[in-house]
Amino acid sequence: MSSINRDLLAPLQSATPAYFLLLIVLGAIVALGAGAWYYQVDTGIGQTNLHPPIFWGVYIASFIFWVGASHSGTFISGVLRLSKAEWRRPVTRIAELMTFISLMIATLFVFFHLGRVWRWYYLMPYPNQRELWPNFRSPLMWDAIAVFTYATASTIYLYLPLIPDFALLRERIGGWRKPLYRVLSLGWTGTQNQWQVLETALRIITPLIVMVMVSVHSIVGWDFGVSLVPAWHSTIFAPYFVVGAVHSGVGLVAIGLYVLRKIYRLERYIESEHFDKIGKLLVVTTLVLAYLYFAELLTIWYAKSPDHMWVVDALLIGPFAVPFWFMAICIYFIPLATLTNPAFRRWPLGVMLVGVFINIGMYIERVLILVPPLTYPRLPFNWGSYFPSWVEMTIIVGSLALAVLLYALAVKFVPVISIWEEKEGLVHGTRHGT
Amino acid sequence: MADTNKTKSHKWEMVIDLDRCTGCEACVVACHAENNIRISGEDEASEGRAINWIRIERYWEGEYPNVQTRFMPVLCQHCDDAPCEPVCPVYASYHTPEGLNAQVYNRCIGVRYCGNNCPYTARQFNWFDPHWDPPLEEQLNPDVTVRQNGIMEKCTFCVQRIRAGKEQAEKEGRPVRDGDIIPACVQTCPTSALVFGDRHDPESRVSQLARQDRAFHLLESQGTHPAITYLKRIA
Repeated sequence: MSSINRDLLAPLQSATPAYFLLLIVLGAIVALGAGAWYYQVDTGIGQTNLHPPIFWGVYIASFIFWVGASHSGTFISGVLRLSKAEWRRPVTRIAELMTFISLMIATLFVFFHLGRVWRWYYLMPYPNQRELWPNFRSPLMWDAIAVFTYATASTIYLYLPLIPDFALLRERIGGWRKPLYRVLSLGWTGTQNQWQVLETALRIITPLIVMVMVSVHSIVGWDFGVSLVPAWHSTIFAPYFVVGAVHSGVGLVAIGLYVLRKIYRLERYIESEHFDKIGKLLVVTTLVLAYLYFAELLTIWYAKSPDHMWVVDALLIGPFAVPFWFMAICIYFIPLATLTNPAFRRWPLGVMLVGVFINIGMYIERVLILVPPLTYPRLPFNWGSYFPSWVEMTIIVGSLALAVLLYALAVKFVPVISIWEEKEGLVHGTRHGT
Repeated sequence: MADTNKTKSHKWEMVIDLDRCTGCEACVVACHAENNIRISGEDEASEGRAINWIRIERYWEGEYPNVQTRFMPVLCQHCDDAPCEPVCPVYASYHTPEGLNAQVYNRCIGVRYCGNNCPYTARQFNWFDPHWDPPLEEQLNPDVTVRQNGIMEKCTFCVQRIRAGKEQAEKEGRPVRDGDIIPACVQTCPTSALVFGDRHDPESRVSQLARQDRAFHLLESQGTHPAITYLKRIA
């Protein structure tokens, strides 16, 4: 018991010089990104390399990617809590924090993308003289509502299991954080009644958040699926986006688990068994995603409808072939070649690296979903090409740095492993290796 | 009620005779002058960002040396079922009662979904604030808004001329006559390849031409019901 407290509170109680150096470096990159955004708003959205017919580029791709990354927490934590998988205990908090932070980053990209970001509030249904409403028939409104719902729900979902831990921190940690913990722990004293209320609340919100998770990336998929653009207009987009999101999200969890375990010496909690389980999950998502990809390409290729075939040809053998096949290697071949081997799955560094490849591949995949179909509109006179500008790339790197920075700060504020759930596991006596 | 019903509603449409188009691009220039379309330099044009509300698409037919150039003027098709309209989250793209597909510049926030969803790539975006080298700023049309950075724009069928024509007719206490209202491109076309008018008037030139056997719509299979009827090239 006491060793759990000691091990898991340690990251909150001290910080090394390397930690501060990391904060400074990340902060500098974030500042660069913020500067690039300021420049873009000040001079014009033309600082991107977008032009007709490619009106959406890497900002929207990044939005999809980060909403996808947010599926890490919900999927891992929600589904495992639902299925009462005991091995979830040290994983859930790490994953839920990722969800929370990725959603914040994803939302930022909506603002990076807007042509007149200073008029963003037109998207809100606020009372106004002209009695104008936003257009609820627009998939973008569905999207805004879905992401807002998901952000709210996942914040509650992150917060609820934090309450007992906040109460513990209130007792154990002094200084400027103490009053915050006092407020956040909502007067938790650990009575039988409080535990029952918490467990009921978790039982209610867990299935709900899994459903919200499925709906949110379905709706992001429908942004494209309901359009007329060749090779976007497809029924497969919603399930495909959800599975793709889980694929990259679980990969991200593998990275997070590895890094935190390494830095904070959590080997006693995050064991090779966890990487084994994550590896198995990744094999499943790889196969399902590959199946959906194959189904989509086969139907387009067999029908040979020219406006769709232009896109598929460009991907398989045309100008997008290099990123396409690189992506296929990253998200299909590498996971299948490695993670199907039981010995490999028990090698944390290996699983982490596969997670890195999956996420690089999935980012490219998001760009490839977006750009090639827009490049080949039905009137060939208007065909175009696109590669992101330095402003776009700086903003993307800056937001990645912001995500890591927020995570690094969060680690000093909440225990990365749910302390009470670890202890509960000890009581249940079913946790392996203790 | 009875009084307002007397005024017959209009349905503005255009006919483009591909047999008559020579690809001279006079319509493009006229449109620029009429509608305060920004002047894009060489750099912007090479980036694919030159804004044209009407463009002449060139297609080549046959193998060298027997190559023939085909010209096709393409502008906003003012679709009856316009794909750009439902996707706009703020109602900046909407349908007027007279069948125009209108763009409300003040309302547009630049999400650019409409641009993606237009099968004709008719929509153009202001990537930067517009700029006219002196003395070109002296020739701006006072009846047309200058569009700022970050919003969509496209052909309006010269809505300012439609409005002026209707006001003139009302002042003179008569209905709008066929030929009263002419968009800049139609006015300029030296071969009269472009014809504009009211489709609700069965005797208007545009209605007569659109009933021809040569008539077709661009990307008809998309079901957008465009207000622009093309006449097939036979020569």
